Amino acid sequence: MLPELFFGYFAAVIILLSVIVITRRNPVHSVMWMLLLFFHIAGLYLFLNAEFIAAIQVIVYAGAILVLFLFVLLLLNLREELKVKRFVGAWPAGLFITTAILVIVLGAVKSFVPGPAGKYSIEFIKQETHTKALGKLLYTDYLFPFEIASLVLLVAIIGAIVLAKRKTRSK
Amino acid sequence: MVPLNWYLMLSAVVFMIGVFGFLTRRNIIIMFMSIELMLNAVNISLVAFSHYLQDMRGQILVIFIITVAAAEAAIGLAIIIALFRNKDTVHVDEMNEMKG
Repeated sequence: MLPELFFGYFAAVIILLSVIVITRRNPVHSVMWMLLLFFHIAGLYLFLNAEFIAAIQVIVYAGAILVLFLFVLLLLNLREELKVKRFVGAWPAGLFITTAILVIVLGAVKSFVPGPAGKYSIEFIKQETHTKALGKLLYTDYLFPFEIASLVLLVAIIGAIVLAKRKTRSK
Repeated sequence: MVPLNWYLMLSAVVFMIGVFGFLTRRNIIIMFMSIELMLNAVNISLVAFSHYLQDMRGQILVIFIITVAAAEAAIGLAIIIALFRNKDTVHVDEMNEMKG
């Protein structure tokens, strides 16, 4: 009973906060609500025995990405944002499309059959610790994707600098 | 024991809220936050799969998704800054030079 209650609380808060995030008029308020949302998602990861993922959710998402969003919001002048309308004119069409896809997906989830279980059972992870098991897999079987991820980050660093740099007039 | 389907349904609902925000908001920054919302919904379902199928590969994928999300946020916000510098607006329905 307690796990269901726990999940119910987290699911309700996550859905409520998602709706709040996309409907706020002031983007700074949206970012603040999103911070709370990410902490709740991290709590859900802890509930699923993924403590390393919960930690990087808080560190990378809440600590880095949202701060980046906040910096950019403070750079832009959003004074008139509080007076204009929030949604495009055709928002009922968007609501209809998303609701239709949601109904289809929820219907499809009902008939999902999980495959055979792997070797990383809770006892195995408890014995080996979660971070160690994850790191072993990441640095052996998934070493090549890991290197590609570092390349993606390098491209992002260079790209962000090139894009956001003020153009200097050529003489 | 919470069934796996509950997590998948939660993930689908959050993903569709993100899609709705992306399709209908005028502010390009909120559209970016909707993309982050969608990525988080996928992460929830991947971690749930990883736990219930007792396989770590879902969590490896989550790490890569978070990496790509960080890169995407950096590039996207740089584009927004360049756009705001040139057009002086963050509303996507006022950017119609290409008549697309």
